[in-house]
Amino acid sequence: MTLPRRLLLASGLAAPFVARAQSATTIDFLFPVAVGGPITKMIDGYARAFEAEHAGIKVNPVYAGSYTDTLTKAQTAAKAGQAPTMAVLLSTDAYTLIDDELIVPFDQAGDTKAWLASFYPAFLRNTQIDGHEWGVPFQRSTIVLYYNKDLFKEVGLDPTQGPATWAAHAEAAVKLSKKDARWGTAIPATGFTYWLFQALVAEAGGSLANANGTEVTYDTPASRKALAYWLSLQKSGATPPGLVEWGTTPRDFLEGRAAMIWTTTGNLSNIKTNAKFPFGVAMLPADETRGSPTGGGNFYLFKAASAAQRTASLTFLQWITSPERAAQWGVDTGYVATRPDAWETPAMKAYVAGFPAAAVARDQLEYAVPELSTHDNQRVTEPLNNALQAALTGRKEPNAALAEAQATSSRLLRGFK
Amino acid sequence: MRRETVHAWLLLTPALALLVAFTHWPAVATLWDSLSSTPRGARPAHWVGLANFAALMDDPVFFQALWNNFIYAIATIPVSVVLALAMALAVNRAIPGRAALRMAFFLPTMLPMIAIANIWLFFYTPDYGLLDQVLGALGFGRHNWLGDPALALPSLIAVAVWKEAGFFMIFYLAALQSLPPVLREAGALEGASDWYYLRRVTLPLLMPTTLFVLVNAVVNAFRLVDHVVVMTHGGPDNATNLLLYYIYETGFRFMDTATAAALTVVLLVILGALAGFQFGVLGRRVYYR
Repeated sequence: MTLPRRLLLASGLAAPFVARAQSATTIDFLFPVAVGGPITKMIDGYARAFEAEHAGIKVNPVYAGSYTDTLTKAQTAAKAGQAPTMAVLLSTDAYTLIDDELIVPFDQAGDTKAWLASFYPAFLRNTQIDGHEWGVPFQRSTIVLYYNKDLFKEVGLDPTQGPATWAAHAEAAVKLSKKDARWGTAIPATGFTYWLFQALVAEAGGSLANANGTEVTYDTPASRKALAYWLSLQKSGATPPGLVEWGTTPRDFLEGRAAMIWTTTGNLSNIKTNAKFPFGVAMLPADETRGSPTGGGNFYLFKAASAAQRTASLTFLQWITSPERAAQWGVDTGYVATRPDAWETPAMKAYVAGFPAAAVARDQLEYAVPELSTHDNQRVTEPLNNALQAALTGRKEPNAALAEAQATSSRLLRGFK
Repeated sequence: MRRETVHAWLLLTPALALLVAFTHWPAVATLWDSLSSTPRGARPAHWVGLANFAALMDDPVFFQALWNNFIYAIATIPVSVVLALAMALAVNRAIPGRAALRMAFFLPTMLPMIAIANIWLFFYTPDYGLLDQVLGALGFGRHNWLGDPALALPSLIAVAVWKEAGFFMIFYLAALQSLPPVLREAGALEGASDWYYLRRVTLPLLMPTTLFVLVNAVVNAFRLVDHVVVMTHGGPDNATNLLLYYIYETGFRFMDTATAAALTVVLLVILGALAGFQFGVLGRRVYYR
């Protein structure tokens, strides 16, 4: 990315442009998407539109692959002294970025208090650490339940609403199942196992970590109850045995192989475009309470950015997260628009009027919990993923698996107490 | 210094520079990193001696990855080598459609592993994947190939064998073509059966090729993990976690460079020991013409 520009600067031909290039402030930001496709076009469009309105600031999005790839790229680039100005990374990466001393909080970068207060509090919670605000919500999601209205009618369920409680969900799932033809419900167990599990735990009234990210609570009455419920769905034959693949779950739904699926709001556009049957979106069913973790990515500001770059970044972020643009981004992608006033814009109101399912994720934010995140996050979460997969595939007794994950992760977190 | 010596060093320099920069220096740096702590933020790396290796001894995932890799190697190496030999013998004679058959056997080798993994991901999809559709039509029901810990590693092994066998076949085919036909005629005159000829003439003469193929197969058993990244991410519950994938995960997902370096040293030692065995013990039993 920087190489061609350096070559250009080095060549004598470019000399007349050097002076101009230096007077402009350039913001490089890493964005987690593979090159090509509609998302890169949208982001490029935002960058050009912003530059047209703000002379003197150049915005340079760098597409870096998956979230994991992007984090790796940001960390290795920073180690080599080539840190980007900003990056869009998972909200759960905050501790990792802070511990590696790579980012600066937004409240120290400028006067941002009023602006940050305009976002949904649920989207800020993951990055409120040590009294600072480390992230700006951008492409945020949460888990919702998608259901096939035709199949609901076929088995005599009310197609105007999803199941409201665990019991109703389990009962509906059994009714909707048809041996060797379709499953009643599908909760993905690969890729983001802990995330789906966290929804169940929140519904059972529990949580998986403390607010400082220094302690995990994987083995509690609520988590045992949550895992027992998940396993009971398997036992009743309402959900596939073994692990449900994260990547193919939307496809299972579209093919009519699964009547209900639990997955991210990020799939909304995909399902809306490809479903050949009427479908509904509902909040996740409640046990003690409703509940669903937030997910998705925030903007982070890197320490290596100069004062001019920080100011320019804030200008850009305030521009791209304005109510109108947040609304448009939500409509175009299916991500949840990150601030209440975005939902009051005419564009969003018209969209919701024609497609009420889009507002379900927003209404569910009231019950949202921050996504599981601790120090050394990726590593501390992994034992929980393994324990859940072991229990769901019948390799370990569920409570013993949770206790083991708790012990392993506590050991990993020892140094952060 | 003598003129010839200077000359020799000058000729050696390009190769030496590349070897030092890309092989020797990284190996030494890895060894050094494996004896230091992981630098985090403002805290630089410091000397910790063998602590990283001691921590590995307490890491159940490390042993699982080691065991998985052992199973993976034990299964892929003999199966792919025997299959390669069988395929080479099959297409070495005059049969109709020989070129097409050779092409078909070699095709998997030409595809990148990532592409292969994506193709097989479709084969393995439960319910509507190719395998389940075929098995379902025959009345065998549903399999969660990659989501069942008992099936996941064998599924990955099948992909690796599929890719590797065609590659090794090419070497066997080349070797078979270079065998002098007079031996065949002599064997026929002496009344040797096909099986006897294969066992006592062909196979011994193929030994140099077999050694080469074996070395490659062993290295690949530790090196080929692209399909793990695409298909399972080491899951379910580490059932398909292989040593190299675990190194990647530790180094670039958990950003624990010190442990990753220690794991790399373990991998280097294993590969070094295997290479020593192959060249030292097997190599002596190889007959070179």
